[in-house]
Amino acid sequence: MAMTTSALGGSVRRREDPALIQGSGLYTDDYTPHGTSYVAFARSPLAHAKINSIDTSAAQAADGVVAVYTHDDVAHLGDLLAQVVVAKGRPLLANGEVNHVGEAVAMVVAESVAQAKDAADMIDVDYDPLPAVIDLKEALASDNLVHADLESNVIVPWEAGPFGDEEAIAATKQTIADAKARDDTVTVSVEAVNQKLIPVPIEPRSVVAEWNGGYGRFRVHSSSQVPHALMGAIKTTFGLNANDVHVTAPEVGGGFGVKLNVYNDEILCCFAAQQLGRPVKWTETRREAPGSSIQGRGWVGTATVTGTKDGEILGYELDAIADMGAYEQNFTAAIPFLGLFVGSGQYKFPTHWKATCVFTNTMTTDAYRGAGRPEAAYYLERVIDAYAREIEVDPVQVRLKNFFEPFDEAVVSPIGFAIDTGDYGNNLEKLVEVSGYEDLKAERDAARAEGRHVGIGITTYCEVCGFAPTALSELGFSWATYGLPAGFYGTSLVRINPDASVTVITGTGPSGQGHQTTWAQLVSDRLGIPTERIRVIHGDTEESPMGIGTFGSRSLAVDGSATYDAAERVAAKAKNIAAHLLEASADDIELDADGASVAGSPDSSVDWGEIASAAYLPYRLGETEIEGGLESHVIFDAPNATWPFGAHLAMVEVDGETGDVKILKYMTVDDCGNVVNPMIVAGQVHGGVTQGIGQALFEESIYDESGNLLTGSLLDYPIPAAADLPMFETSHTVTPTNINSIGAKGIGEAGTIGSAQTIVNAVVDALESLGVKHIDMPLRPKRVWAAMQEARG
Amino acid sequence: MQVSMTVNGRDVSADVEPRTLLVHFIREELRLTGTHVGCETGYCGACTVHVDGKPIKSCTMLAVQADGATVTTIEGMASNGELHPVQEGFWERHGLQCGFCTPGMIMSAAALLEENENPSEDEIRHGIEGNLCRCTGYHNIVRAVEYAGAKMRGEEPPAPDWEGGD
Repeated sequence: MAMTTSALGGSVRRREDPALIQGSGLYTDDYTPHGTSYVAFARSPLAHAKINSIDTSAAQAADGVVAVYTHDDVAHLGDLLAQVVVAKGRPLLANGEVNHVGEAVAMVVAESVAQAKDAADMIDVDYDPLPAVIDLKEALASDNLVHADLESNVIVPWEAGPFGDEEAIAATKQTIADAKARDDTVTVSVEAVNQKLIPVPIEPRSVVAEWNGGYGRFRVHSSSQVPHALMGAIKTTFGLNANDVHVTAPEVGGGFGVKLNVYNDEILCCFAAQQLGRPVKWTETRREAPGSSIQGRGWVGTATVTGTKDGEILGYELDAIADMGAYEQNFTAAIPFLGLFVGSGQYKFPTHWKATCVFTNTMTTDAYRGAGRPEAAYYLERVIDAYAREIEVDPVQVRLKNFFEPFDEAVVSPIGFAIDTGDYGNNLEKLVEVSGYEDLKAERDAARAEGRHVGIGITTYCEVCGFAPTALSELGFSWATYGLPAGFYGTSLVRINPDASVTVITGTGPSGQGHQTTWAQLVSDRLGIPTERIRVIHGDTEESPMGIGTFGSRSLAVDGSATYDAAERVAAKAKNIAAHLLEASADDIELDADGASVAGSPDSSVDWGEIASAAYLPYRLGETEIEGGLESHVIFDAPNATWPFGAHLAMVEVDGETGDVKILKYMTVDDCGNVVNPMIVAGQVHGGVTQGIGQALFEESIYDESGNLLTGSLLDYPIPAAADLPMFETSHTVTPTNINSIGAKGIGEAGTIGSAQTIVNAVVDALESLGVKHIDMPLRPKRVWAAMQEARG
Repeated sequence: MQVSMTVNGRDVSADVEPRTLLVHFIREELRLTGTHVGCETGYCGACTVHVDGKPIKSCTMLAVQADGATVTTIEGMASNGELHPVQEGFWERHGLQCGFCTPGMIMSAAALLEENENPSEDEIRHGIEGNLCRCTGYHNIVRAVEYAGAKMRGEEPPAPDWEGGD
């Protein structure tokens, strides 16, 4: 793919920023239409209980209360719609029982937020407590059920490889068993927890619903990554058409997967707005968020590698249990399936991979940045590290020995999926080179000689993202359940306006990824028109063609490609118009910032204003067959997902007295194919790595055995702060994908997928001399200190 | 209760419930929605404003406590159409992504530079420790503050450190 102009590959400053740095960005909670009423929910204090009765009388009579609703009021709307529901969806309000702390039991609408909260506190619910299922192994084995009407707590097991072929899976298991039986092999296992996390976007979720009874139309603002999916869920729930619901996701203050969902509060605000005939607003509080917004991760599992004593791996096995929480929402049980996609990483060895999804009496899990892939990479890269340590071969050499050779035509992974392009050895070797790996090891050894606990962790990952093609709709990758049978394509409309400014309307729902800037670069590259004259609109179901949203590091690879291709078609038409005006051949026309000219005859030119006005004054197109207007809409159905990859290195020092972990260095060499804006890509890596570091060192959603959440505030759930982190050193290799016209793969989740295990490997390396083999995340000082004490005996 | 204060150079007064937090007074009474609410417990710092020149988390202060004070919010940082150097630094060094923590972060960073015109990386990191960002990993926020510090000292800001430079 040629990247010929400076518009691509340039660190163009963001179009979004002037508003955001001056306080004029409009987030959902900033929008308060006239006559707004406010919602608060009464939420369950118990993890599992039967509801005997709900007394709302005091709340009904409280100051400022407009309405109080319970399940009976909304039963006719059915459960909350969700794209992939295997066993049990979520009721809009608790239906005779509660299944996790924080579950919404009743909804209060009042004249002010304070009045709504006061009244919600007055709702009296009589509960009969039931035993709670919290522990994952117990959930798998026990007769104690989250949902009494189901046969077990198991939702679905995902197994490969290859995926979907039981005979072949049996053969893989036999191959690995044979390898284990050989006397020249070693087998190394790591049992590890990949703990449940609370995603914590800094903007709490918020929704404002308005109903126009005359037009029969909803107007909804919501902090959503998937405004079209929300539109579909609303129209289907209320029996309307897609064009009866207008959803806007305005500025969205961080998503990370939390806002890749349709929530009961969004549907309930619409219900109340319709009932009451006035705007209804709900904004989540930080305190209620762990029970009102999805959580992520939550796996226990054992990873096993069998290989020769010189580093050739003959088999990899993962047996894991994944926590789905109490109810399935948008993609819940599909998330571990995303982990399965990349279960064998960059490697070619036989892989038997299994993750079993179970219900527990905790908040629903769903996509949190990386979504299944960080978990998969964690187990794989932890156990390869343990294996390398066991056979005393450098972890870099073990990895290099087991990679796929470079490929520019798809290869099929041991899991059974076709990977687009890869050059893994080159990528890892670049990390070795730019990090000065050998020097770092010498530095580490010198520190150790002084009695310090310094360690290096090095890992690689293979990601899958940019989800397409639409044929994957058979596996649930579409918005069909929301009444919109649209698969995971990219979409964009590029329009040159009569004044020669450009409007781009795209199907994404970004939350800080800078699409307004990157998309302008893509269009500028094709048209020559400067980015300053290009405005990009996203996150709006009425303005945009049917969009899919922003998640799974997909936007650039699919919607960006659609934008690029649409701009190319507009450029072709502009050339035809210019050729007509200049009486030249379209093949000889060149476009630039000013307009069009004939190659080799710079004096023969028309400016963009003349081209645009000819398009909108079609009589000027004379006898040509060119139609009026100057725009193109493209739906881009990529033939495959994209498969980025990379290698990360961390150097850490553990305080031998306190167990405190200090990150001395963090370096990345990611490969996301062609890069449109290096500044934005670096920013995505920084943020992604930081969320992985947060998991490695600080964060854990802890429920006690009764199902009480012990980490509901930012005091108990510390996310990384500035002083916890080093400067990052980011670098790249470039292996373009061949499945889209930009050659770009995706970078949003890569940092998170690659980082937690890099930190843990480094800490285990630092404590090697003590004989510490593994410590479960988060590696808070107390836990590291305890591991050191135990190792020291 | 009646409160009066000067906000971004404008005298304002209103009758508020005693429990009204300063952040809600700013957002709902004055309709200055650039100041954000991220946690309501004083941890995230998204609601940081300047009260009599000092950075304050406005969710930890009642509106009535600010009676008679001079308050500056993010909307008051640019003057005569010219960005404050910290705002410029955040733009130039990609110090923001979703932008939600940004107003509070800018207010804290500006206060830091008032106190210490040439902070080290470590001093910057500790200076903004009370403001949480979930998008940037703080790397480019540190660079943004370094940029702003250089501008305020009349020096050439250091070049960006992403691949390919500018």
